[in-house]
Amino acid sequence: MFTPFFFKLREKKVPVSLTEWMVLMEALSKNCASNLNEFYYLARSILVKSETHFDQYDIAFQEYFNGITPPLELTEEIIKWLTDPKNRPQLTPEEMAAIQKMDLEQLLKEFEKRLREQKERHDGGNYWIGTGGTSPFGYNGYNPQGFLVGGPGGMRSAVRIAEARYFRNYRSDVTLDTRQLKVALKQLRKLNRIGPEDELDLDGTINATCKNAGELEFKWKRPRKNTVKLLLLMDVGGSMEPYADLCSQLFSAANSLSYFRSFKYYYFHNCPYDVLYPDIQQRQGIPVEHLLKILEPDYKVIFVGDACMSPSELLDRYGDIYFHGYQKMAGIERLKQFKSHFSHIVWLNPERSALRNYPTVQIIGKLFPMFDLTVDGLNSAVKKLTSKL
Amino acid sequence: MTQKSFEQFKGSKDYVISEALKNAVNVAIVLQRPLLVRGEPGTGKTLLAHSIASALNKELIIWNIKSTTKAAEGLYVYDTVQRLNDSRFGDKDISNIKNYIKLGKLGQAFTSPQQVVLLIDEIDKADLEFPNDLLNELDEMSFYIPETDETISAIHRPIVIITSNNEKELPDAFLRRCIFHYIDFPDPELMEEIVRVHFPDIKNSLLKDALETFYTLRKIDDFRKKPSTSELIDWIQALMASGLDGKIRDGDIPFLGTLIKKETDIDFYATRYLKRRPGTRGFSTYTN
Repeated sequence: MFTPFFFKLREKKVPVSLTEWMVLMEALSKNCASNLNEFYYLARSILVKSETHFDQYDIAFQEYFNGITPPLELTEEIIKWLTDPKNRPQLTPEEMAAIQKMDLEQLLKEFEKRLREQKERHDGGNYWIGTGGTSPFGYNGYNPQGFLVGGPGGMRSAVRIAEARYFRNYRSDVTLDTRQLKVALKQLRKLNRIGPEDELDLDGTINATCKNAGELEFKWKRPRKNTVKLLLLMDVGGSMEPYADLCSQLFSAANSLSYFRSFKYYYFHNCPYDVLYPDIQQRQGIPVEHLLKILEPDYKVIFVGDACMSPSELLDRYGDIYFHGYQKMAGIERLKQFKSHFSHIVWLNPERSALRNYPTVQIIGKLFPMFDLTVDGLNSAVKKLTSKL
Repeated sequence: MTQKSFEQFKGSKDYVISEALKNAVNVAIVLQRPLLVRGEPGTGKTLLAHSIASALNKELIIWNIKSTTKAAEGLYVYDTVQRLNDSRFGDKDISNIKNYIKLGKLGQAFTSPQQVVLLIDEIDKADLEFPNDLLNELDEMSFYIPETDETISAIHRPIVIITSNNEKELPDAFLRRCIFHYIDFPDPELMEEIVRVHFPDIKNSLLKDALETFYTLRKIDDFRKKPSTSELIDWIQALMASGLDGKIRDGDIPFLGTLIKKETDIDFYATRYLKRRPGTRGFSTYTN
């Protein structure tokens, strides 16, 4: 049942597995859902395990179930309108058409039955969320476009919920959010043993006690603490202007994470040359050689830039267009210096993969692994940074 | 199974719940799988477990996960240090290991004579491998203690609620076994219900102004930490106690410190909206 829906989900990149699908089938056999609305939420809670995939789920649902508006749901809409015409002065064209097709007597019977049902449910207490016995449709009146929070009488078809695509902003492959960046950067956790010794070392204790002829001697060891050091180098050249916001989000995500042992950041223009700048206003530059002396090789390095510049800026000895003076080496040589000094370097590019054919992008891409500046890209970059050499 | 037995959980008086979440809880109970709840901090994930326990009249066992928590701690702890110390002084019976095996929260949930609700709070605080270490136990509902050669099995399968703050990605194998729900930040109407549950006698005008100010603040993306539900409740309590209303006058908001908790955010707000230099603490005298 619904097997094509399974494949539709996978087509939209929702990671559904067969086990989860079987759980859904089990749930259906236990009557956990009695209409399309409930099925929407049931399937979502069983099949989709991260809100970053909710939007893809909505798209798949919409495509697969589109056009299915069971007549019962339309009846409900009309009855609702009848009950409280002030709230919904306009009927949609489908509803108008359906009214004309309907038998008036049948409609009125349903209406009466519904009124009776509502009265009973009111007394039940908790059935209508938080309305305290007042109009059951007050909920819907507030935010017709938004997320459905109403009860089963909520009266909006599941397809329309999916169409609203409420979770568009939660996708991890499109938008960036400081929180999501933080989650990605947190994967840089690598715990080593530093800090005061306050954990009991059982093996060591046993050994020491034995050596002590049975007299207890406790041995302690250090708990694990984070030793990751992060170096963030950001391009603030002209072509990066449109991405200034994105970069500042990445920066604030990294900056607010308190568990890096050390977090350093510098700026450059298009390409690192002789100096790197500790602030965006670029007043004082710090010579790269000095930095390479004081920063240990186990720093994880993240370059952020579009890697787009004229080839001469990268390859020429005097390629720096912002600095008029004596320059020691070409940009590409500088980058190679970085590569030989630090063990783990990645390059994050806010420009989408479409422009990756640009010559300087390709050259730099051969030097450092390059990833998109999205949450997924950052995840891959972090995986690379934490991998063993 | 009839429709009636499916809808065991109908919500409780003091906790406002969305229909989707209620359904997710019932699905988790029927399918006997853990329910994983994610959402912004302050959206009521922990309170959900309390609500479920009180609505279903079951005991609630809470396991608060710390960054140092190990999966084995939830099962049992073998207190070796105590045993070593006792052996030194020879006045306790150390031959029976059982005296030194203390059951962890999961173990307690398994051995409870009635079905309980087990809350594993903030599971993402722990190590990356932590959820995977629990996989087998959550599936089989039993674990083995090698020291005493005992297998502890669940007498009644506990209702497991797991909360996560989105700090980390959870491992796939773990996610496969859970029912998932994302608690969205409440929209103004739901928020009104939540506030009314906490303050049944609140004046409509105060509520309206307070919510307006609150959601205006939430729209400001530059805040490092946006105000959340718990901060709103605290703020309204302060407003009610002081008799002030929640309107913004010339950008000034009374008791801003209950809403905005980070110094950088307060500085940002002061410079942008109060046209004041950063670093000054004084807010204009606010009279009704």
